Amino acid sequence: MPKDPSIKKVLVLGSGPIVIGQAAEFDYAGTQACRALKEEGVEVVLVNSNPATIMTDKDIADHVYIEPLNVASVTQVIQKERPDSILPTLGGQTGLNLAMALHEDRTLDKYGVRLLGTSPESIHKAEDRQGFKDCMESIGQPCVTSDVVESVRDAVAFAEQIGYPVIVRPAYTLGGTGGGIAYDEPSLREIADRGIHLSRVGQVLIERCIAGWKEIEFEVMRDSAGNVIQICSMENLDPVGVHTGDSIVVAPTQTLANREYQMLRSAALNIITALGIEGGCNCQFALNPDSYEYAVIEVNPRVSRSSALASKATGYPIAKVAAKIALGYTLDEIPNAVTGKTTACFEPTVDYCVLKIPRLPFDKFTTASRTLGTQMKATGEVMAIANSFEGALMKAIRSLELNVRALRLPKLDEFYTDEIEDMLVNVDDERLFVVAEAIRRGVSPKKINSITKMDLWFLNRFKNIIDMEEALIRCKGVPDEDTLRRAKEMCFADSYIGWLCQMEQKDVKALREQYGIIPSFKMVDTCAAEFDAETPYYYSSYDGENEAESRDTGKKKVLVLGSGPIRIGQGIEFDYCSVHSVWALKRLGYETIIVNNNPETVSTDFDVADKLYFEPLTAEDVQNIVEQEHPWGAVVQFGGQTAIKLAHALTDMGVPILGTSSDGVDAAEDRERFDEILNRCRIPRARGRTVFTTEEALKAANEIGYPVLVRPSYVLGGQGMEIAYNDRNITDFMRIINLTVQEHPILVDKYLMGREVEVDGVFDGEDLLIPGIMEHVERAGVHSGDSISVYPSIHVEDKHKEIIERYTYDLAKALGVVGLINIQFIIYDDQVYVIEVNPRSSRTIPYISKVTGVPIIDLATKVMLGQKLRDLGYGTGVYREADYFAVKMPVFSFEKLTDVDTGLGPEMKSTGEVLGIAESFPQALLKAFKGANMRAPKKGGRVIITVKDEDKQECIGIARRFADMGIELLATDGTRQTLLDAGVPCTRLARVSEAHPNIMDMIASGTIDLVINTPTKGRKNDTDGFRIRRATVEHSVGCVTAIDTARALLTAREQGRSEDLQAVDITTI
Amino acid sequence: MKATLILANGAVFHGRAMGAVEDRVCEMVFNTSMTGYQEILTDPSYAGQGVVMSYPLIGNYGVNGEDNESFRPWAEAFVVRHLSPMGSNFRCEDSLGSYLRANHIVGVEGVDTRALTKILRSQGTMNGMITCAEHFNVNEVMRKLAEYRVSGTVDRVTRPEKEVFPALVGQKLRVALMDYGVKQNMIECLRKRSCEVTVFPAHAPAREILAGGFDGVMLSNGPGDPADNVEVIKEVRALYESDIPLFAVCLGHQLLALATGAKTHKMVFGHRGGNHPVKDLEAGRCFITSQNHGYVVDAASVDPAVAQVSHINVNDNTVEGLKYQRPNCFTVQFHPEASPGPEDTEYLFDRFIASMGGERHA
Repeated sequence: MPKDPSIKKVLVLGSGPIVIGQAAEFDYAGTQACRALKEEGVEVVLVNSNPATIMTDKDIADHVYIEPLNVASVTQVIQKERPDSILPTLGGQTGLNLAMALHEDRTLDKYGVRLLGTSPESIHKAEDRQGFKDCMESIGQPCVTSDVVESVRDAVAFAEQIGYPVIVRPAYTLGGTGGGIAYDEPSLREIADRGIHLSRVGQVLIERCIAGWKEIEFEVMRDSAGNVIQICSMENLDPVGVHTGDSIVVAPTQTLANREYQMLRSAALNIITALGIEGGCNCQFALNPDSYEYAVIEVNPRVSRSSALASKATGYPIAKVAAKIALGYTLDEIPNAVTGKTTACFEPTVDYCVLKIPRLPFDKFTTASRTLGTQMKATGEVMAIANSFEGALMKAIRSLELNVRALRLPKLDEFYTDEIEDMLVNVDDERLFVVAEAIRRGVSPKKINSITKMDLWFLNRFKNIIDMEEALIRCKGVPDEDTLRRAKEMCFADSYIGWLCQMEQKDVKALREQYGIIPSFKMVDTCAAEFDAETPYYYSSYDGENEAESRDTGKKKVLVLGSGPIRIGQGIEFDYCSVHSVWALKRLGYETIIVNNNPETVSTDFDVADKLYFEPLTAEDVQNIVEQEHPWGAVVQFGGQTAIKLAHALTDMGVPILGTSSDGVDAAEDRERFDEILNRCRIPRARGRTVFTTEEALKAANEIGYPVLVRPSYVLGGQGMEIAYNDRNITDFMRIINLTVQEHPILVDKYLMGREVEVDGVFDGEDLLIPGIMEHVERAGVHSGDSISVYPSIHVEDKHKEIIERYTYDLAKALGVVGLINIQFIIYDDQVYVIEVNPRSSRTIPYISKVTGVPIIDLATKVMLGQKLRDLGYGTGVYREADYFAVKMPVFSFEKLTDVDTGLGPEMKSTGEVLGIAESFPQALLKAFKGANMRAPKKGGRVIITVKDEDKQECIGIARRFADMGIELLATDGTRQTLLDAGVPCTRLARVSEAHPNIMDMIASGTIDLVINTPTKGRKNDTDGFRIRRATVEHSVGCVTAIDTARALLTAREQGRSEDLQAVDITTI
Repeated sequence: MKATLILANGAVFHGRAMGAVEDRVCEMVFNTSMTGYQEILTDPSYAGQGVVMSYPLIGNYGVNGEDNESFRPWAEAFVVRHLSPMGSNFRCEDSLGSYLRANHIVGVEGVDTRALTKILRSQGTMNGMITCAEHFNVNEVMRKLAEYRVSGTVDRVTRPEKEVFPALVGQKLRVALMDYGVKQNMIECLRKRSCEVTVFPAHAPAREILAGGFDGVMLSNGPGDPADNVEVIKEVRALYESDIPLFAVCLGHQLLALATGAKTHKMVFGHRGGNHPVKDLEAGRCFITSQNHGYVVDAASVDPAVAQVSHINVNDNTVEGLKYQRPNCFTVQFHPEASPGPEDTEYLFDRFIASMGGERHA
């Protein structure tokens, strides 16, 4: 059936802020789908609260609304735009739930908006636990014995019936939020209670625990004619029990014989048919490793993280095809963009092995429980392609950027073998390395299999890697050609081979070149070479034939380095920048080559750059590409720290860095050089010292005077940064920091508690353009990524703006910046200080670009290529302020991570952000709070206030404003006394340590609207404050941990008016 | 031990020997299936051919006693990128390497199978020789390669005697299955649909079959150039001229086409794999099929008065199925019995059962 001509204007819902369980994969899917819709001449209206996405760009959709993803605001967009259809399956669980809500409240009916693709009935069938179970039963697909319950009592009763352990899964939550495995009644009570609470419909599923079975996934598609195809099969290395998002996943399946494979493939096709899905669908199965017994675990009737992985793993653009199916096309009418000859109606077949490893945030959240279970914890992932499993594993490990270069975690060297064996039972992010270490110590794969249930095949692959290590160690000195070739075929890094053979890395390279062992590049073509393909999508191998023969296109080649896996501190915004740079370069007539390893992103879509290399972002891997392509220049400014780190190596390879040189980057990061520059420019900065030992740190802190900011040098996202108020804080900090980081010095700076201001600028060597000056709501001390950021600034005086402009200019000039510069300032005591300078893109670029209309990346790219700002049409100096206020609000994923303190501080914790745009500051603030799902208390509500001593005086004003709004205040003794003394009425609450009912019971009671709790210092997880803050997370009570945030919430509440909020189409700004 | 594959176009691939150590000349073809190597090796349609697996990790789940498509492997040679030294699966009985040795299949591992596949795809299926000799005379090898032709394969693979397989569930129908190189799962697909299956040698005369009181006749898959089977085609013609329900697959489909006046030709590299989309023109639907053929029926040679093209390949529009004007007679080029590959078209067996007046199996 061809395209339905009645579809002219389609509403697409995004997935909102990046949170654990819902990340960049939906920007990838949404962007691809929007482009597919536009290609068909359909007008696209987009709503997504996440400003860092590419999909919210003017060039992706016709009308772009960066608005809260809730019924009220989307209804407003529908009223304004009057789309004829809505595509609900691209925005993850958020988009799907919202579309269903709009359907259920009849908004869609009322405005004549049709749901495209999968019908609401189908979605309901797939999403509702009982409905799904009934449907599976009707087609004879086995599910795990389970029951849907709505109370803890029923949960316990059912568990007794089927026996412990049981798995608890809340209905309608993403990433399995709130689920878990319960081994006994007490743990079931706890998990079920939490799950019921978190579920949108107050239901949880209690099911038989099949931990230890193989977890297998199939990505399948179906069109309106009933054609069904499978795109990709995937096998989790971790057996059932670990969320697939946290599992190491290999594609295609490796340990299934044809019979089991076809059994599950047929099951997946039968499921998508029975559900009547039109589009993509993900089916997860558990397979008994000792029989044909299997069970359907879960079905997602939409594009998902797995579908993004499947697309990148096979080259098959699932989101694009799903969008075309939604428009009415059948699979055989849609061309296969990869081959250009065949159609979308075929099953991709691959001739390589793909491996995904999740990127977990435990390097940031050192106190978090590392245990993996049914609750997803990963913030991102890496993917690697090789022609062997071993090769894909080695590449993926390198891509993680965890300072691990092989299947070896150095810290495990310190443990005895029996300790390593004991560690095998721990299901956590380090299990892969523990298993490898056990094999290295001679523990048999069979024994490891009996403990971990990881398939023997995988364990034997690990053993193969370790055998290779040993072979290399044995040829101490100079490995022979055969050994070296086999090591390279397993994608061992030269540096690791060198370490094993006691050789210099460069000597390893020289030796293998002498042997003729050089990488070649193979193509990802969806069809295992059966058809001639045009796609320039490559991975490296050490097989002979090279398919990446560089044809001379007459264009200059530019290498753009991506930003690797998404992690806290380096998110989707860097992908936004990389992609925009590629587009700008293409428009300027350059041939673009992108290197990245993140399967979730737009940058790794095969038609973004002229060539895509899916490879680890290490110097050696990039060098292979450089030697293949001989780029004219390289761009490192846009790929975050990942790309910047490679600037030196690229320079050494003789590749010119476009824009700011690697020396300029160094000057900004090297304390002494940077101080020297500040002196030269006569720019003040907080007093500070560089120290190595605890004694030096204490001495420095006392000389400078408390409070001081302590942090390791060379870090991103404020990792390991803290404010110390006394000697004890310093001692604590140094003790912890010395556990992990040693080689770099520690910085001790005077902590200035002033107003934080941030600018992004473009500098061409002569002129500076500052698209906007942003102000942070929270005072210095809260990491800029976790602060609420406001544009245009509200409190910054003109004289300070002038100073900021001058400082930015002087610093850009002194550092030799050509391209982007991001600077954070503090205004303290009428004085402007510089805190930090980053001569690269920042996380504020996407939102400032969108709000000001200044195409920052496009300008920066042009400037890097030698163009001058004054010729580019956006002027110089500070760009005129927009007519709108934009508030960027951080969003956290604390409910996914147990034992993480939610209190804000110098270390970044947020995973994503939302934007609120309105004509006034309070309205923008209100929108942003709504987008971040932070509910402001209303008259008659109840707020708990308990703050640290430093904040007690300041909290009085805030408390009074709440009281004036008719809100009841509750506080524990200290804060309460302060408030009573100031004449603010306040109810007493018992402390955590006091008898029940105390503050914890009150938080659990569901009668509290907001908790204001500012954290005391230190890294302890046993303080009252920590418990209070965690309790708010477990019970979904809003919690504010900085006085300034509370004040902003009041401003939004007092001056903002929900009923007056207007949806803003940013394409009209 | 080193092993070398020499192709008729002069291309040479070095690798490591696996399986039997001897020189072997065969026709090299590639298969893009990601699972099912054991079924492929034991599929009689590969007689005379060497199979290159485009998927690089082979042998992962070992071999077992259940997944054989015939009593022995027929492929002459096997070329893979990585041979798994061990098999991991609950049914695994042996490693693939030891199975290849035990069954005298010559093999090479460590070959850039993607590069090899690209040669076969662009220059077409061609002969190749695998040798473990360190030195060989190129001219002599080239001569051998030029001489080799896959022939007489149906005679080699067919059963010498007829064989009866009882129905697996309450017998309702009796089917005669002509063995041109039949895959076991074709027999099983009928047996589980309440058919007693009598498998006849390829040369069994039509009159014997027609006299057997069968409800229907199925023509199996098999190896080689269909046009070589001159005598068999005559018998197929006789079957066609009767009114017995007929269903044919792969070689059987080609033989019936030849028997009714159509032509076949050799394809450049054929279709071998488990991902081929086929459109059922009548139903307007596409199905993913398992395929293994190097020859194809010429669409233009099909007389519309005799048959109509019922299925086409979505990739290259070649003939994938014919529906004959004669009642109860249809044939397909692909493999509804799958094994290995997708089982999406197994319903065609139900259609055959229906054409015999039987009931769809429960």
